[in-house]
Amino acid sequence: MWQNMLLKSVEQGLVFGIMALGVYITFKILNFADLSVDGSFPLGAAVAASLIVGGHSPFTATLAAILAGALAGYITGFLNTAGKISDLLAGILTMTSLYSINLRIMGKPNIPLLNQPTVFSIIQGDIKKIFPGFPTQYTYLILFIIIVIIVKTLLDAFLKTQLGLALRATGDNPQMIRSQGVNTDMTKIIGLSFSNALISLAGALVAQYQGFADVGMGIGTIIAGLASVIIGDALVGEKSIFIATLGVLFGSFLYRFSISLVLSFRLAQASDLKLLTALVVILALTAPRFKKSLNRKRSNIYAGS
Amino acid sequence: MLVLENLSKTFNPGTPNENQVFNGLSLKVEDGDFITVIGSNGAGKSTLLNAIAGVFPIDGGKIYLDGSDITGLPEYKRAAFIGRVFQDPMLGTSPSMTIEENLSLAFSRAENISLRWGLNAEKRKLFSKYLSTIPLGLENRLNTKVKLLSGGQRQALTLIMATMKKPRLLLLDEHTASLDPKTATLVNELTEEIIKREKITTIMVTHNLEHAIKMGNRLIMMHKGRIVLDIMGEEKASLTIPLLLSKFEQLQGEKFVEDRVMLA
Ligand SMILES: Nc1ncnc2c1ncn2[C@@H]1O[C@H](COP(=O)(O)OP(=O)(O)OP(=O)(O)O)[C@@H](O)[C@H]1O
Ligand SMILES: [Mg+2]
Repeated sequence: MWQNMLLKSVEQGLVFGIMALGVYITFKILNFADLSVDGSFPLGAAVAASLIVGGHSPFTATLAAILAGALAGYITGFLNTAGKISDLLAGILTMTSLYSINLRIMGKPNIPLLNQPTVFSIIQGDIKKIFPGFPTQYTYLILFIIIVIIVKTLLDAFLKTQLGLALRATGDNPQMIRSQGVNTDMTKIIGLSFSNALISLAGALVAQYQGFADVGMGIGTIIAGLASVIIGDALVGEKSIFIATLGVLFGSFLYRFSISLVLSFRLAQASDLKLLTALVVILALTAPRFKKSLNRKRSNIYAGS
Repeated sequence: MLVLENLSKTFNPGTPNENQVFNGLSLKVEDGDFITVIGSNGAGKSTLLNAIAGVFPIDGGKIYLDGSDITGLPEYKRAAFIGRVFQDPMLGTSPSMTIEENLSLAFSRAENISLRWGLNAEKRKLFSKYLSTIPLGLENRLNTKVKLLSGGQRQALTLIMATMKKPRLLLLDEHTASLDPKTATLVNELTEEIIKREKITTIMVTHNLEHAIKMGNRLIMMHKGRIVLDIMGEEKASLTIPLLLSKFEQLQGEKFVEDRVMLA
């Protein structure tokens, strides 16, 4: 049982880690509180599932999900930069619109994919033709590892290009990067598109992994993503981009693992998880402030005042 | 040549906080001018530099650079020919990025940025050569995050970033005001050296009258949104602090008050 639980946590940590990397781009790199996530994650699932059920190749379907996510991010960015709507509200508007759009795309609240081909079933079939002894229980694990390595490498590399540097500076000091000739509206939109493309990719993969797309599957995605980013940051810090994104993935695994622990020891019901996650994020966000005021109180005591 | 024609600017118009800063301000800056700008608090010195850099749109008037109208150009496009250093050392650099990453951003200023690597061996070599011209030991710390640097080190770095690609115009807004006297002197010397070597047209705001008199070829004094003194050439060269103050009093019929002005 333990082995199975660990395997599931690693699988989920990896596939949701792609989503967390997207959240890392907006929250950490761009300093943009993007709430589109709760809409773009199920958007990816909706697009992929509908296309697969409609007879399209799962690869085309997954690619289409990535593009749809990029478009959703573009819209949030456009609302924020051209429309001068605050980042929070722009994200909420996109997320809310996407709820209706996702229902339109799917035509019903839930699409099962049980007897449909997926990118995983196709690749597994191909591999088994070459290596008949392939341990199929590790298909997801191996494929997720490969996909995550590709995504992480691409993201790390992107953040070291001229455009990537400009993006990081946009989140860090927009005044400075404008005075270096960069259009910060453009960098924001690019960052949001990239982020939501990754999040939709994660949604498309999760739908094919769990065997269905559901219109409600996005609720709380942002909080799970934030939890992963925060746990990663707390554990490994930001010595370099490579380490930071690795931390996000590790945070995503730890997050999924602790959830399985809580559930298997019946410490809480599955329906309590969103509340628990929110509490973890609240704790992580306020901890630095707690520490500070605690230190201040202590030094006040030492100062005798 | 930079020409400001009849600039007007009111902040928060139509609100109780309405604040008219400029009402018909004009100025002609010749190529190679190094103008020092002094003036009381709230005179509009920073607003003047911000208007030139395009931080906000102006309400009326025109700005020409080398004959072309740049009034409607957004800030990031003007950055192609304007270099800036701000008073606050936090403003000019990206703190969580390394020295070399910051320099790389300045190096590709006004170019179309692309998916090419931001850094390579060639650039690193060039950057440490640039940094070795200032005695702050930064040339061996290319990989250090800028947030770990002192204010003076950051201002020197920002100055290098602003001038690495020779700008048509350099705007300095009290860029040594927040530094300790020793570091301020060092950054000021560096400033003069770069401006002279590269022959950069410069507008430098300072509250240090001595610096304003010693540096540059032209001195402007602003008061309540107007240019009340514009001294250049021989007259500028023979200027002293008492002379400057008495000129102001003659003109305005009031004493020059600026709580932060340093007379010595
Ligand atoms: N972005 C802004 N919004 C509203 N008011 C502003 C803004 N920038 C400047 N002001 C106002 O414009 C006036 C001129 O300010 P400015 O900063 O140009 O003065 P300054 O000459 O640079 O003064 P100091 O010596 O204090 O730096 C002040 O009354 C200031 O409050
Ligand atoms: Mg000022």
